[in-house]
Amino acid sequence: MDTLVFLVAAGLARGSVLALFAISLVIVWRAARVVNFAQAAMAVVGVYAGFALTAATGSYWLGVAGAVLTGALLGVLAERGPLRLVPRDNPLPGMIVAIGLVMVLQAGLAIAFGAAHRPVPAPFPQRPLSLGGVPVLSPYDLFTLATAAVVMAGLAWMFGRTSLGLQLRAAAFAPETSRLLGVRVGRMVTIGWAVSVAVAALAGLLLVPTELGLSPHAADILFVQAFAVAVIGGLDSPPGALLAGLGVGILTSLVTGYVTAAAAPLAVLGLLTAVLLVRPAGLFAAREARTA
Amino acid sequence: MSTRTRTLVRASLVTLVVIAATFGLDPFRNFQLATAAAVFAAVAGLTVLVGLTGQLSLGHAVLMAAGGYGYAIASSSVVAMTSDDGAAAVTGSGASPGAAGTLLPFLAGLAGAVVVAGVLGLLLGLAAARLRGPYLAGLTLALVIALSSAASVIGPLGGDQGRAAPFLPVPGALAALIAVEQWHAWIAVTLAACAVTPLLILRAGRAGLRMRAVHDDETAARLAGIDPGRVKAGAFTASALSAGTGGAALAIVTQNVSPGAYGLGFSLLLVVAAVVGGLGSLGGAAIGSVLVVTLPWAADQLAGTLPADLTARLDGNLALLLFGVVVIAVTLAAPGGLARFLPRSRHA
Repeated sequence: MDTLVFLVAAGLARGSVLALFAISLVIVWRAARVVNFAQAAMAVVGVYAGFALTAATGSYWLGVAGAVLTGALLGVLAERGPLRLVPRDNPLPGMIVAIGLVMVLQAGLAIAFGAAHRPVPAPFPQRPLSLGGVPVLSPYDLFTLATAAVVMAGLAWMFGRTSLGLQLRAAAFAPETSRLLGVRVGRMVTIGWAVSVAVAALAGLLLVPTELGLSPHAADILFVQAFAVAVIGGLDSPPGALLAGLGVGILTSLVTGYVTAAAAPLAVLGLLTAVLLVRPAGLFAAREARTA
Repeated sequence: MSTRTRTLVRASLVTLVVIAATFGLDPFRNFQLATAAAVFAAVAGLTVLVGLTGQLSLGHAVLMAAGGYGYAIASSSVVAMTSDDGAAAVTGSGASPGAAGTLLPFLAGLAGAVVVAGVLGLLLGLAAARLRGPYLAGLTLALVIALSSAASVIGPLGGDQGRAAPFLPVPGALAALIAVEQWHAWIAVTLAACAVTPLLILRAGRAGLRMRAVHDDETAARLAGIDPGRVKAGAFTASALSAGTGGAALAIVTQNVSPGAYGLGFSLLLVVAAVVGGLGSLGGAAIGSVLVVTLPWAADQLAGTLPADLTARLDGNLALLLFGVVVIAVTLAAPGGLARFLPRSRHA
């Protein structure tokens, strides 16, 4: 029982990071109808920047700000640069350009900083606190959960309650009509990218202290699992990404604890396959127009 | 001559020319040629799948690995069986078994490769038939990450070490003439030809027409009596068979299959080769495969001339950087890929 409580709690912490990263993928998919395969590489660039800033100034919070701003800047650069030139009629070229970006960014990072893992200290202790004699969550896990909750609430508020959010949703949903109504669609797409990559960089920053350390490939597994999460949730749906993220986080934690860590990717693959076979567009996707 | 006969004749001629060319190459080049041929089989499958049906698979490395594992397991179990039965005969005839002694494990291995890759491809294809672009990409991506996990959980796959594939020595009659690398290049080139030629025929025929129809407008294809699900699943299976044969060829050349060799990086390189060559073009796939094999080597040679500190950092990364730039440039500026520079046949 103690083990179960501990594993579920650890899964929740990991799941919140997964959900955050998955939501960043959902944001860019909604804004630009592109699956950004370079999200992990771009996030890691942001984490490197934050790490360097923390090392230079000694302040973790400046590092966080640096990572998020670098992420936003990268999002703008990617969207204004190569991805704006991609033909819009089918999703394939966008995906391929993003794959090219992954290679450029990861190889560039490895050339600039070396491929070795750099240890990254957590800003809070990582020893689990006990709750009634049961070790549950560490202060760092609590920080992760709280940050993820605050950011998601902030995103929900921005998309649902502000004029900017309304314009972002309108531009994503009906670009032509929005343009006629005075929404600057191009700018909205750019903002979508900036928000998305900034959130991804934050998720990467939260993840890195719990893993081996910072390397150009530090967020690869996070990306693949978050992509699976976003697909399970339905790519279009932030609540779907949140629920699927927590679910996948708990699932991998349970499999790691009760079976073996090596089986966790297989469990994710199995869940993904099962969900897609029952609902090919994910659990919470909007209805498609009928095709025949 | 019908189109099909012409394709067969041309494919055999090209194969013979490439095999003749191995006499002009040193052992290392022959090893590279064999690797490129194995990669070509997989890239050809991928390029037909993406170019004709628009399904982006990021998991073709896993299909190659499936072929490799199928080959290694079937082949080594046949070797184990025959050596149990005829241990005296083998030891009596000297260290190396005769031509018949290696032919049976080879054929059994190929059958194993085709069955394993085909079944996995069919399962993926059935899933792919229901999924659109990003969903399929996500599924195949999760598959790539799950490979090393599967290798350590499923016993016969041998964990991170992988499986050894039995060594195929040069047959006695040729032993005086060619080195083992050249022999393996012959095998790999022949296997690649056997894998790719059916794709050529498929693409030129009715099946290719159906694939294009489904890709262009699924609803219209449905109204014309085509079952898009079946076409997509079939295309995926055909593509997987080709990739699996490539995996078997790579298992023969390297005498080993391990999950590390078929990671995410390699899987993305297969996509890169298909894109750079030009999606849908088999000649382009050949160019792309040669690039994928030789460019990292050339980049490492170049980096080797620089100071040691820089070499360690550039190792492997310089080629990756180049590939990334080339893929972006090709997708944005020349979507037809390098195949545009090939002479076009009238039937393409």
